[in-house]
Amino acid sequence: MKPGHGEIVLAEGDVGIPAEELQLIEAFRRELDAGMWAAVPTEGLAGRREAELVKSFDEVPRDAERVIFFPRAAGGAAPVGR
Amino acid sequence: MALPLGTAAVLLLALFFELARPRLRRSLTRARVAVARVRRERAEESYDPGRERRAEQRARALLRSCVNEEDWEIYSELGFLRVLGPVGAPAGDSPAPYAYLIYPHKPIVAYVPATGELLSEYCVTFPDHSRPFGSSRLPHSDDVLAKWMAITADERRLIGEANMHLPGRQVEPERVRRDLARLARWERERSERELGGVRAA
Repeated sequence: MKPGHGEIVLAEGDVGIPAEELQLIEAFRRELDAGMWAAVPTEGLAGRREAELVKSFDEVPRDAERVIFFPRAAGGAAPVGR
Repeated sequence: MALPLGTAAVLLLALFFELARPRLRRSLTRARVAVARVRRERAEESYDPGRERRAEQRARALLRSCVNEEDWEIYSELGFLRVLGPVGAPAGDSPAPYAYLIYPHKPIVAYVPATGELLSEYCVTFPDHSRPFGSSRLPHSDDVLAKWMAITADERRLIGEANMHLPGRQVEPERVRRDLARLARWERERSERELGGVRAA
């Protein structure tokens, strides 16, 4: 997710193919180095969908369809306006 | 005396200009390229309602692909998401002790589902750290999805990062109560529809 633009595909590939996995790892590291959070949409035990934050490529489930990067959360202090 | 000196000065100036001409030309070209780049960047950053609309459409599709069907219906019809707390707890017979309402570009509102009592507001943003000043915002649905992912992945961390305020600081309590009433009506109608569907079957 990129402010002002929305969703942008950064990299696509098959983790089973070493060259493509390398590209995915590079893209993953680049985004985390830029201060983004990485999340993988998953399904919880109760069948409800949720997300899992991952801090390294090794934590990404091998069968994950995608990793979503989004800006790191910060406490907002927007002015009070009604 | 003045004429030879003047001629020499003119010749010196011409020589200097001739020597400096390649460097001046390169500097001029660099300046032109830089100006063109700045103009291009400004054009890309300028307000484009079409781009924002397309970004929001993509964001809605992404949100829909991540959340439950019921949550998507709530968002598309009512304009907010509801997350029951504690996040990750197995669904039991007892009602959730608290829940969150996630609005686009507004604080997350915590409340008690059983009574409708508003607990607090958690103000959280997702700023573009690469451009800290004057950066654009995420599309509405991306903001909602970012909050949803952060809260379902690590509720405590997000709440820890957020600035907590009493209810009513940024989101009108009346608006939240109206939304909770709309949500209750929506859930009632949905269960009636499902019941009707079962009876018809």
